[in-house]
Amino acid sequence: MPRNPQLNASGELQHLLSIEGLPRELLIKILDTAESFAGVTERDIKKVPLLRGKSVFNLFFEGSTRTRTTFEIAAKRLSADVINLNVAASSTAKGESLLDTVANLSAMQADIFVVRHGSSGAPYLVAQHVKPHEHVINAGDGRHAHPTQGLLDLYTIRHYKKDFSGLAVAIVGDVLHSRVARSLIHGLTTLGVPEVRVIGPQTLIPAGAQGLGVRVYHSMREGLKDADVVVMLRLQNERMSGALLPSAQEFNKHYGLTAEKLALARPDAIVMHPGPMNRGVEIDSSVADGPHSVILPQVTFGIAVRMAVMSMVAGGG
Amino acid sequence: MKLLVKGARVVDPASGRDGPGDVAVVDGRIVASMPGKPDRVLDAKGLVVAPGLIDLAARLREPGYEYKATLESEMDAAVAGGVTSLACPPDTDPPLDEPGLVDMLRRRAKALERARVYPVGALTVKLEGRQLTEMAELAEAGCVAFSQANAPVADTEVLWRALQYAATFGFPVWLRAEDPWLAKGGVAHDGDVATRLGLAGIPAFAETVALATLLELVRATGARVHVCRLSSAAGVALLRRARHDGLPVTCDVGVHHVHLSEMDLGFFDAQCRLQPPLRSARDRDALAAGLADGTIDCIVSDHTPVDEDAKLLPFAEAEPGATGLELLLPLTLKWGVQAKLTLAQTLARVTSAPAGVLGVDSGRIAPGAPADLVMFDPQAPFRVDARALRSQGKNSPFLGLQLAGRVRATVVAGKVVYET
Repeated sequence: MPRNPQLNASGELQHLLSIEGLPRELLIKILDTAESFAGVTERDIKKVPLLRGKSVFNLFFEGSTRTRTTFEIAAKRLSADVINLNVAASSTAKGESLLDTVANLSAMQADIFVVRHGSSGAPYLVAQHVKPHEHVINAGDGRHAHPTQGLLDLYTIRHYKKDFSGLAVAIVGDVLHSRVARSLIHGLTTLGVPEVRVIGPQTLIPAGAQGLGVRVYHSMREGLKDADVVVMLRLQNERMSGALLPSAQEFNKHYGLTAEKLALARPDAIVMHPGPMNRGVEIDSSVADGPHSVILPQVTFGIAVRMAVMSMVAGGG
Repeated sequence: MKLLVKGARVVDPASGRDGPGDVAVVDGRIVASMPGKPDRVLDAKGLVVAPGLIDLAARLREPGYEYKATLESEMDAAVAGGVTSLACPPDTDPPLDEPGLVDMLRRRAKALERARVYPVGALTVKLEGRQLTEMAELAEAGCVAFSQANAPVADTEVLWRALQYAATFGFPVWLRAEDPWLAKGGVAHDGDVATRLGLAGIPAFAETVALATLLELVRATGARVHVCRLSSAAGVALLRRARHDGLPVTCDVGVHHVHLSEMDLGFFDAQCRLQPPLRSARDRDALAAGLADGTIDCIVSDHTPVDEDAKLLPFAEAEPGATGLELLLPLTLKWGVQAKLTLAQTLARVTSAPAGVLGVDSGRIAPGAPADLVMFDPQAPFRVDARALRSQGKNSPFLGLQLAGRVRATVVAGKVVYET
């Protein structure tokens, strides 16, 4: 297998494509750097000049508002120029290939490509074909990875729980289709979380999930017991009824997070969700808006984490 | 025309012969000894002479996909790889479902005077799995068997009737075993790697479910079925049992599947996007073992030239397939060494065994047999280099790797069609 394509020859972050394969020290460094930026985002003048003169291209082949916006804010707070491209509606519709689109933007002097794509692995392909001074950040590819989401989840957990070493983290719902779950699982296992659980019906748990280092539960009662962190995954509308699930109602009854089910977790448990939420499907409003919820702080932390990643890949030189 | 291949190590898998000798050829056929003086002598000192390779699955891309490859380029690749006979699947555009197309393909191939081409006709019109093709007409035009290539027959009744109809005339049917519903949308083996990489999976039971159905239909109809591109350990086990029960089935495996597994996908290497998908290391080992113990009869290249742009895409969007004609010999030799087989046993999988499936009298070195021969150096290094490949398809998971086994000359019907 080739060298981890995310790291340069000295083991520094060249691209951020996946949390998998990143050493523990590097993950900690990203979280620490993010922490140093958290202060910036609370100041009156929310800008640092780390990426002044650099161009960040937000290249979204798949729709997204929240992730794109937080990347844009993060880049602007680092003083970079941001160009947003809704590629889904332009070049690919005209038949231009992914690599041609990237080559064209590269000719416009890009420094960072933030790539979201519906196909797993697309950012790897881009990273293989950009110039040495260009960096690729994966903003979500197919079912594969969403590393900045995973990092902001890790940041949130560390913020509230201080330490990873004694935690039980339960990830609930559609793990099969979730890039968020995959990224978080790799992060948690790398950082030494002793108990990572996934909970869902068999139809939504991928083959050989145990191979990722998790324990698989099909019952919320067992899976949530004494959990310190509960991460609810979004259930896509198109998966709510069909061969995977009979109905949103039945899913909610068995796997939706209610106050009653949350009571099985530890009293100081935190509840997370990558958004956007389906209230009344995977999570009840009483929980989403309740005292255990850290869903909105996740969004805030997401900006600091993305600033950290962008400054680490491109701010060195 | 009299040709003498002199001073060779003659390996004939059909008879088990392996020893020094000459091969004499008169008017396109092998003779016991050379009458008089030969017109041409090929010095085969230090080289193996064996029957030319017979590849049961090589896509020539004509008609319809000339931008991926042409008959010229792929027939060149065939003889450069020591392949003297090949069967081409019907997944051209349009598919080989009309006698006119088959006739044209055969004429074009014959005019090139390279390898012998045996077209495999479409089992159903447009490969759609609904209406049977005019099999008898197609057979008259030269089709040696009927197949769906990678297209399914989703309707089990159509499959049953197709086998019944083919059995009526004694036509062989070559089919891949893959349940189209279980495979739908999948691009990789449904296992650890697909789970990690977030790729849609095709479970191994997509193969066994379809294979169980197919074997029951063989039992019911008595059709002669050749199972193409087996991919899983469970599939090998099912087939072993069926053969033990005496069912008239034969079977092949793609040469890539004998060597590679899902682990080789690495970081989304689109060269490893194949049909069927590369499965676990356990599956790969079972395929190699099934081949060694005779459960699997033949190794095929499953040659699929793909243009470069179609591979420069995210894994799931990349076109499946690998170029294979020029790698078939070195990769087969590599398997034989790993399986600790003799050269004759190894080469049987690409000579005498596929000749048996095709029902042709080539694939052996014996007086009277067609003089289709390959001369090769089994030890000479063969670096898989995109520029050196004659096939228009440069798509290979083995690019840049070094293999052993170089073809020095290829003879078809007594004519030297390739030498280096």
